[in-house]
Amino acid sequence: MSQTLVTVDGVPLKVSLARAQRRGKLKAIGLVVPLFLFILVTFFVPILDMLFRSVENQLVGEVMHRTVPLLNNWDEQSGELPSEEVFAALAEDFIEANETKLGGRVGRRLNYEKPGFSGLFRKTTRKAGSLEAPYQQSFIDINQKWGDVENWKIFKRESAPYTISYYLAAVDLGYGETGEIVRNKDDRRIYLKLFWRTVWMSSLITVICLFLAYPIAYLLSALPTRKSNLLIILVLLPFWTSLLVRTTAWIALLQQEGVINDLIVWLGFVADDNRLSMIHNRTGTIIAMVHILLPFMVLPLYSVMKTIPPSYMKAAKSLGATPFTAFVRIYMPNTVAGIGAGAILVFILSIGYYITPALVGGQSGTLISNFIAFHMSSSLNWGLAAALGAILLAIVLILYFLYDRIVGIDNMKLG
Amino acid sequence: MNKILKQTLLASAAFGLVSAAHAETELVVVSWGGAYTASQQKAYHEPYMAANPDIKIINDDSANEALSKLRAMQEAGNVTWDLVDVVASAAITACDEGLAIEINHDKDLAKAPDGTLASADFGDLIVSPCFIPQIVYSTTFGYRTDKVGDNPPTSINDVFDLKKYPGKRALEKRPINNLEWALLADGVAVGDVYAELGTEAGVKRALKKLDTIKDQVIWWEKGAQTPQLLADGEVVMGSTYNGRLFSAIVEEKQPIAMLWDWQAFDLDGWIVPKGGKNEAAVMKYLKFATDTQHLADQAKYISYGPARKSSAPLVGKHAKLGIAMAPHMPTDPKNAKNTLIYDYEFWADNKDDLTEQFNAWLAQ
Repeated sequence: MSQTLVTVDGVPLKVSLARAQRRGKLKAIGLVVPLFLFILVTFFVPILDMLFRSVENQLVGEVMHRTVPLLNNWDEQSGELPSEEVFAALAEDFIEANETKLGGRVGRRLNYEKPGFSGLFRKTTRKAGSLEAPYQQSFIDINQKWGDVENWKIFKRESAPYTISYYLAAVDLGYGETGEIVRNKDDRRIYLKLFWRTVWMSSLITVICLFLAYPIAYLLSALPTRKSNLLIILVLLPFWTSLLVRTTAWIALLQQEGVINDLIVWLGFVADDNRLSMIHNRTGTIIAMVHILLPFMVLPLYSVMKTIPPSYMKAAKSLGATPFTAFVRIYMPNTVAGIGAGAILVFILSIGYYITPALVGGQSGTLISNFIAFHMSSSLNWGLAAALGAILLAIVLILYFLYDRIVGIDNMKLG
Repeated sequence: MNKILKQTLLASAAFGLVSAAHAETELVVVSWGGAYTASQQKAYHEPYMAANPDIKIINDDSANEALSKLRAMQEAGNVTWDLVDVVASAAITACDEGLAIEINHDKDLAKAPDGTLASADFGDLIVSPCFIPQIVYSTTFGYRTDKVGDNPPTSINDVFDLKKYPGKRALEKRPINNLEWALLADGVAVGDVYAELGTEAGVKRALKKLDTIKDQVIWWEKGAQTPQLLADGEVVMGSTYNGRLFSAIVEEKQPIAMLWDWQAFDLDGWIVPKGGKNEAAVMKYLKFATDTQHLADQAKYISYGPARKSSAPLVGKHAKLGIAMAPHMPTDPKNAKNTLIYDYEFWADNKDDLTEQFNAWLAQ
């Protein structure tokens, strides 16, 4: 029998070691916990909440809790109204809704599917006290919309606890007459167009930023430190200025009676009555956003270029490469990490950009984020806002995945 | 250790009690900021705080996002606002959504000096049981006097007439008012406007009329944009709230004049958030701030008409400029020859749908 090793206190060494290691682990975890909790609470929980909201639809079933179970037995294809029993349950639900003041919310929820429900529920709730048997007739007397089978179909469809209507609406789809999923009419399609516009405008902004930032970053990295520090301040100064100030400054510069137009009219390039429209449209949005996002491209590029020894280029030239060949084959491949980091930063920031397009976007420069903001703050259709947001998130994740496949995420250097 | 903790807790609780006895009640009043909040500060808040030293009113300028913030607060179970200034249509939404409490207007609000009950004094301006009307404002047009020659625009048709008045126009980026104006300019009688808008063909007709000026429109989202665009000469005419134009014309002396034709009347007023922590104190404040005299007082600072009938004769002169305010009110008979009355029921039902169509039209 082998003897167990013990410490001075008589504890087996194995146990003592395990205890010490556990303590070390706990300390390490303890250091990470605050950050982990912070990210969990401020990042993952809101995203999960958003994803949940985009399909959640408990309200109708909860408020109309007597009607909805009975409605499940009703055959909507029969072309007939639900039975008197359903109407009686509906009356009880409305009397309760009049107390709890929740009828209006249900009405607004159904109004997203078809205009008119909002007013119907508001009026019916107000008159709930006067409902009496036979209930079907009593409801139709209050408003004849209760006698329309189409309305009941929508009511039944949207009474399920989870719905895909928000996602359908977010990709310009809707329900047809017999409940099948169809594309919205031409004059109502909007979101797909905006998603597409958001993606290509963000790509364009990223490319412009890259072409503008590359020479700047090169210059910064090639100059002696004293001069380059001064120039870096010039890059950072706008970065530190309020977003609103920069956007408003672009309005003053670019508008038709603005500085740039005044200048080119004075120089005689365009006639006074033919001034250029450079703001409140797509051009203005792109110019302002490129300016605002440029530092996010310059800084990663600069930090990568700073690490490339000048001797590489000298060596290439001494081996007979032309400056162009040396640049393409030696210098540029060394900056790929910076290009990747800058491009991803600028692209992801611009795909969710919202203040600048709202101020200078006009009708052709608004992006999907403006509509998410609209549904959040103005129409209060949080379900649709969440669905639009979830789709935007999916687009970003897909592009990120593609980037990882093509360039490789390990190849990225943020600074 | 435990003992110390207990003592500290007790001590701080006792301190809390003492300070609570001395502390004032803080009422958070949410409004639109700028000149509008300033007018409320002068007309309501300052006199009320002077009369009630235990009340402190704190202004919050987030009325723009009132509904979404209220809903977020309610979902979190912590409503930190006590009173919110909203336009009437938002009050209807807030009431439907259960975000505001219903008011008993006769019991909760002051009578007119002649004894008329509040409900009769406000009349049909009480468009929702949660809504306490405060002002009547209008969305109407202003134009640059130096850019229209000797022939200033006089009717809504001129807004749509690019030959007679070339140049850009500023319109609000929403269907409300624009669709109505388009139909009026297209020859629809005012009584038929909402019936026409209730049909698909009517909406198409309105958008078709707007198509004629679409590429000459700068769409605004904040009320301050139009006066700025007019002052910069970016647009030749534009719609905005009449009080904003009043400031630009009278206070800032810009070369702008009013085009009152078919001004769109709307209301602004208070709602009391459901779940607010100082409901009793707020109701007391409301009774004070919405009585006949105080509503009339607000008109000294901004050119919006008081919502009570009994306040109208009391509207006096501008507090700083000393000019009579009545001629600048949207309700003045000279300005109110043609007025469009906002149909709240119609827009409560159709806002989502028509906004979608309008946005799709904008994006085309």
